[in-house]
Amino acid sequence: MALNRKIAYIDLSTGEVETAPIPVMMRKLYLGGRGLDIYLLYNHLEPGVDPLGPENVLLVSAGLLAGTLASASARSHLAAKSPLTGFVGSTNMGGFFAPELRWAGFDHLVIKGKAESPVYLWVHDGEIEIEEASHLWGEDTFETQDLIRQEWGDPEVKVVCIGLAGERLVRFANVRTGLKNSGGRTGIGAVMGSKNLKAVAVRGTMDIEIEYPEEALKYNKEIIDKICSTKFAQIMQRWGTMFIYGATNSTGLIRCRNFQLNQLVGGNIECEHIDEYSIGTEGCFGCSIHCRHKYIIKDGPYAGVYAQGPEYTSQGAFGMEVGCNNFETILAGNYLVNKYGLDTLETGSMIAWAMELYEKGILTDKDTEGLKLEWGNDEAVLEMVERIAKRKGLGDILAEGPLRAIERIGEESRPYCIQVKGMSNLHSDERPTPSLALGIATASRGSDHLRSRPAIDLYHLPEALLKKIYGYPTPYDGPLSSDYTTYEGKPRQVQWHEMCYEAVDCLGICKFHTIFLSPNLLGFDEFSKLIYYNTGLEISPQEVWEIADRAYTLERLFNIREGLGREDDWLVDRYFDEPTPLGLEIARNKVLDREKFKQMIDEYYALHGWDEKGVPRPETLKRLGLDKEPSHML
Amino acid sequence: MQKILIVDHERCTGCRLCELVCSVKNAGVSNPSRARIHIIKWEMEGFELPMVCPQCEPAPCMAVCPVDALSRDGDLERVVIDYDLCIGCKLCVAACPFGGMGIDTVAKKVIKCELCDGDPTCVDFCQPQALQYVPAGTVNLRKKREAGLKFSELMRRFAGV
Repeated sequence: MALNRKIAYIDLSTGEVETAPIPVMMRKLYLGGRGLDIYLLYNHLEPGVDPLGPENVLLVSAGLLAGTLASASARSHLAAKSPLTGFVGSTNMGGFFAPELRWAGFDHLVIKGKAESPVYLWVHDGEIEIEEASHLWGEDTFETQDLIRQEWGDPEVKVVCIGLAGERLVRFANVRTGLKNSGGRTGIGAVMGSKNLKAVAVRGTMDIEIEYPEEALKYNKEIIDKICSTKFAQIMQRWGTMFIYGATNSTGLIRCRNFQLNQLVGGNIECEHIDEYSIGTEGCFGCSIHCRHKYIIKDGPYAGVYAQGPEYTSQGAFGMEVGCNNFETILAGNYLVNKYGLDTLETGSMIAWAMELYEKGILTDKDTEGLKLEWGNDEAVLEMVERIAKRKGLGDILAEGPLRAIERIGEESRPYCIQVKGMSNLHSDERPTPSLALGIATASRGSDHLRSRPAIDLYHLPEALLKKIYGYPTPYDGPLSSDYTTYEGKPRQVQWHEMCYEAVDCLGICKFHTIFLSPNLLGFDEFSKLIYYNTGLEISPQEVWEIADRAYTLERLFNIREGLGREDDWLVDRYFDEPTPLGLEIARNKVLDREKFKQMIDEYYALHGWDEKGVPRPETLKRLGLDKEPSHML
Repeated sequence: MQKILIVDHERCTGCRLCELVCSVKNAGVSNPSRARIHIIKWEMEGFELPMVCPQCEPAPCMAVCPVDALSRDGDLERVVIDYDLCIGCKLCVAACPFGGMGIDTVAKKVIKCELCDGDPTCVDFCQPQALQYVPAGTVNLRKKREAGLKFSELMRRFAGV
């Protein structure tokens, strides 16, 4: 059955590789992917270690349903202690790596120690070997993958790798597979670099047995039809996430010029521009939404370059955040971060922050070595990407991520740095939207929109529908409001999406197929059925929720063990003090209310069964079976 | 009317769902190496092409089979394998110019697309319609119409017609 994939323990210091089965009992507690990864991280990592030292533990995994009939069952997950935040490092990506890892016989790789010289892992049909990678060190993320495929003479080999940024220990270096797919957040690429691990290459031809093949086929078809019938999917198929910009910018819900404006006035970076460059769209494994464009840059220094994307986040990073109004800069920036292996979001945010510091005179021409870091200076923005990846000059400081860069530049730079837990915020402005603000303040991996964002809150859905969604699969009779500017019921929405996204990250399904940007997509009932048809495990919707709750609470415990406190679940002062200057009436002149925000956090903790300091209560730990962690069962 | 499986590579998004559902339908497992259809990719150039047995006529696989294990099923205009006769010599695999005849290394037998007995699962799942199962007689006109559409656009744009 789909449950017979193994776990491998790999010590890069000694070269030892051990494999073990994953007991079904552990599946019932954590499913797989992100859930089992946090269990392994909590159990194998000593608290307080240097994230870039050999003691850090790196997890590479596939979701439980990756490679099965579960609609876009493409997602892999990587985890470690984050070199960016010092808290849980966790990142999730699509592409074709996760199914291939499972066809090669493995679900979880636990990678410890540090290799003496560059290596990569070669995982194939039940075997794992540590291969020499000195010849790959210094290669970009595209070339690295291609060279490994050539080495084995097999174009079907799938690779997760790092680029220059990971090698140079940029604290927000990402991991990459394919032309676009990236595990962007929390700096897992730097962890790989610190271990001298350039890549993990996989190739497999082993069966993943499907428990009920006929039913699984029938049900998968049913949900694909359901997904593709939604307006959301149809728009995504056409434009990808770039479509979001049109809605959020026109309302005034984006960040422009770091945090100074909430709208790009006269903006010319709408998704429609992609048609001038696109040669079609591509999907991840088994996905019918195929949201990424394949594009060729026409002019400028990158003319002729073929790349994939960009997403909404790159529109922010190389568009509105840095005050650039040029679609080709977005295409070039997206290409560069992918080539070097940088988190596009963090890169854009760090540059935007530096630009505001430059505007305010906190950074000068001396600091930038003459580079004019002015809003809308396209060349300067792209040059800063190079400098960050190569750790040159100011780039070397920015490569350290928000909190360490503040220490280097000075306290006067702190108020302008828009981050939570040391990770930069998405290029959206959450001042008019308390639910979205609560999500980024409390997300377990630092400021983040993919942990808990109740994006459908922006749709003013009718209360009856909200009750139906948020009152299931655990009961909730508290308030819910269709008005996204209020504070009512928002903690429940954040908690609900936390559980939903945790569940899909455990299963290896893409969030775009779930209730993230459309209320009509998959939820807990569907997750339960997909698990049953594909693996035979009988896990009710309520139990899926409980597993998600367990895994999320364990992430909380991990963070607390690393020193997290209530004060870390908070936003920078600008959210409370500076009103939004632009946008429609609903978004203009808005700040968050400190007192109400504090109450939301209280309510959010209470919903989780955490005390007023955000620490899970003993009875909560007992209920979730976490009272004896670390339990060292794997 | 006789139907054929046609591939429109321009619509293919490279998701490989066809490989997945083919292996589940025919082998009961998820394993593209046992699928009858494959997406061949040139990843660095962004080009993907679904490759599947085109049910040739005359079929080289049939011609080289020493034991007549391959035969044409006239109803569905497909080439089928009779495993009771097949001796596993793999001459058909060598003779096929398209890689349409494959080897299932788990079941230890040669495999090919047999159009799921007239209801191809891959077509059913291919949302972008890169794979279509259509009456053979309509293919010509459909392609002419598609080409004509492009032609008419050019005429409008450049010749003002």
